[in-house]
Amino acid sequence: MNKEFIEIRWHGRGGQGAITAAKIVAGAAFISGYLGVVMAPTFGTERRGAPVMTSLKISREKICDLSPIQTPDIIVVLDYLLLKEVDVTCGLKPGGIIVLNTPKAFESYSFKGYSLATANITAISVEAGLPHGMVNTGIIGSLEKATSLLGIDVLIKGIEEEFRTQKPEKNSLAAKIAFERTRVRG
Amino acid sequence: MYIIESGNVAAALGVRLCRANVIAAYPITPQTPVTERLSEYIEEGSMKAEYVPVESEHSALAVCIAASSTGARTFTATSANGLLYMHEQIHWAAGARLPLVMCVVNRAVGAPWNIWNDHQDSISQRDTGWIQMYCCDHQQILDSVIKAYWLAEKVSAPIMVCYDGFILSHTYMPFEVPQQEKVDAFLPPFRPDYALNPEEPASLNTVTLPDVRIDVHGELAHGYMEIRYLLQEELRTSLAVAAEAEKRFAEIFGRGGDPYIEPYRCDDADHIAVGLGSLTYQLRVSVDALRKEGIKVGVMGIRFYRPFPDAAIANALKGKKGVIVFEKALSYGYEGALASDLKSALYEHLAGTGHLPLVQNFIAGIGGREIRTDDLTQTLRAATQSRIAKEPTWIGLKL
Amino acid sequence: MGTRNYRRKTSHSENGPGDGGRTGSWRVERPVLNKSLCIPCKRNTEACFICWLFCPDVVISRTIPPKIDLEYCKGCGICAEECPTRAITMVDEAQFTEEDKDKE
Repeated sequence: MNKEFIEIRWHGRGGQGAITAAKIVAGAAFISGYLGVVMAPTFGTERRGAPVMTSLKISREKICDLSPIQTPDIIVVLDYLLLKEVDVTCGLKPGGIIVLNTPKAFESYSFKGYSLATANITAISVEAGLPHGMVNTGIIGSLEKATSLLGIDVLIKGIEEEFRTQKPEKNSLAAKIAFERTRVRG
Repeated sequence: MYIIESGNVAAALGVRLCRANVIAAYPITPQTPVTERLSEYIEEGSMKAEYVPVESEHSALAVCIAASSTGARTFTATSANGLLYMHEQIHWAAGARLPLVMCVVNRAVGAPWNIWNDHQDSISQRDTGWIQMYCCDHQQILDSVIKAYWLAEKVSAPIMVCYDGFILSHTYMPFEVPQQEKVDAFLPPFRPDYALNPEEPASLNTVTLPDVRIDVHGELAHGYMEIRYLLQEELRTSLAVAAEAEKRFAEIFGRGGDPYIEPYRCDDADHIAVGLGSLTYQLRVSVDALRKEGIKVGVMGIRFYRPFPDAAIANALKGKKGVIVFEKALSYGYEGALASDLKSALYEHLAGTGHLPLVQNFIAGIGGREIRTDDLTQTLRAATQSRIAKEPTWIGLKL
Repeated sequence: MGTRNYRRKTSHSENGPGDGGRTGSWRVERPVLNKSLCIPCKRNTEACFICWLFCPDVVISRTIPPKIDLEYCKGCGICAEECPTRAITMVDEAQFTEEDKDKE
C-alpha cells in the first residue's frame, strides 16, 4: 500500500457511527503528520439503518480533490449483512484490504485478490461494556491490525478524546480487544 | 490550533470569534448545522449573543436588518430556496447600507426539489448590491467570515460568504482556528455612523422621492437615485478596501494572497481554467495531470464575484490563448453568468491590444451531479486543443 | 449644488415638521382643541398625549396644552379620531378667514 496517499471507504448503516469512526482516524492521521485528511460522508441521504458510505482520504499533501473515492485502498464494513445489499468491493484496488465486522467464521469468506481482516466487533463491544450495536470504535482496532497504518496508540488516544464524555475507557477497550483478536489474511 | 471539523463548523467558529451580537436564522439543508452550532454556543455560554428563532428566511433577514440598524453585529445563513425567499430583504439590506454577513451554503434551486450543491442560488442574487465571496476550503470559510465583517463594516455593505453545500459544508478537513486575541486585534467592535436611538428618533428608508429634497435641517438630501449611485460607487471602490483587508489579515494571521483571484500554475500557461469555489481546487488536480502531459494549463479561482475584480482578472488573463470557464450555474437562456462577466472584462481591458483570449464555457455539477476529476481533465485537455464549446457545454450530462 | 457631501449614504428622515415642505396649505379641515375636554389641560398634568403619539407628521407638541403647528398640519384628522375624550374636532378651513390664518 502506498502510504503517501490512502483512500478508505467506510460502509455502515445510518446511526452506526461510521462518520465518527472515520473522523477519529482522520484526526489520528493528521496528528501523525498527514497534512491532507478529508472525510466526506454520502451527502444528504442518511437515514437510520439504511446503508451509508463515508470517504476518507489521507495524504502527505493538502487534498484539493474532494470528489468521492473511486478506487479505495481499504474498505471498512461495519455490518456483514451489508455484503448482501451493497457492492462493497466496487473499485477496490487489486490487493486492497477489506476490514469486516462479522460473527461468521473467518474461513467462510473468500475475497479473491484482496486481503481480508475480520473480527466479531459486535460481541467484542458488548464484552468491553458498550451497549449492543456500538461498533464504531472496535472496528478502528481491526483497521489498524489489518493495515498498520498509524499505530494503535494514537488511535486509542483519538477514541478517548472523541468519547471523552461518553465512556472513553469502554470505547478504547473495544478497540484494544479488537486489535488483539482480528484475524488477517493477506 | 488545528482542528478537523466540517465547513459549517468552520463558519460557526468564525462567527463566534467575530463576536456577533444577534443571530437570526431559519434552518435549511445544508446550512442547518451552522445555526445549530451557533445556538449551542449561545446556550452553553461560550458566545454572548441574542439568538432569534424566526418562522422564515424573510424574517431572519428582517431581524438582521433591524438589529444592524441599532448597531448590532449580526449573522444569518441560508441556502437555495431560503435565500430566494429573502430576496426582497436582500435588496433592502444593500440599499440600507447595512454591514450584514450571511453565509450562503450553496445549493441547487427548485424545481425540481434538490438539496445538493450548485451555485444557482447565490449567482441569482448577483445584482442585489451585496458583496459576494466564494470559498474553496474550510480555512477560507473561517477566514472569509472574519474578513467579511471587517470589510462590510468598513464599506457599509452586506456580504455573502458562499461555500459549496455538502462538498464543503458537510466534509471534514483540518483548519486552523485563530486565537480570539488575534481576531479582536483584526476586527474592532462595530461602531456604525448612525444607530437607531430612541432619544433621537428617525425614519429609515421610507418613501424616497425621485428627486433630491430639503431635509428637516434645511440641507439638500439625496433622492433615490443618488443613494443607489453611491451604493454602486462604493462597491466599486470596496475592491481597494478588500485589498487592505487582505493585507491586514496577512499581517496578523500570517495567511493570505491575492485578494481577488487565486491563480495556480498560471504564469506560463497558455490556457486558464476559471471558476468559483471548491471546483477550482479540484481543477488543480486536472492541471497537474495535464502538466505532466506537457500541456501548459493553469487554473484561477475567483474569490470576489461582486464587486467583480475585472481589472485583476483581465490582467491575469492577458496574453493567454484561451480561457475555460467552469460554472455550477447558468443565466438560463444564455450562458454562465461568470462567462459573460469575464468576456465583458476581457473586452473592456484587452480589446485595444488586438489579442483577446478565446472563452469557452462549461456547466458542471448542476444539482449535485458528481464531478469526476477524470471528466474535468478530459474536458480541459480537449478545450486546450480546439474550440469545443461554442455554446455552454454541459459536463456529465446523461441525455 | 448636489448632495455629494450630504451627511448620510441612505434615506434618513428625522422626525419633525418640514421634511415634506410647508404642508399646512394642504389642509381642508383644521383640528381645533377643546381644552375643557383635553386630559392634560383638565388635570394640568403630563398625561394622555395620544394626539402627540399618533400624529404622523409630528406637529403636535407634548405640552400643556398640546399645540398644533398649523404651518405643517395636513389636516389628516388622526388626532381627532384617536383622542379618547373627543377634545379635538375637525373644522372646515373655509370657516377661518385669511386674517385668522395669518394669525397662526
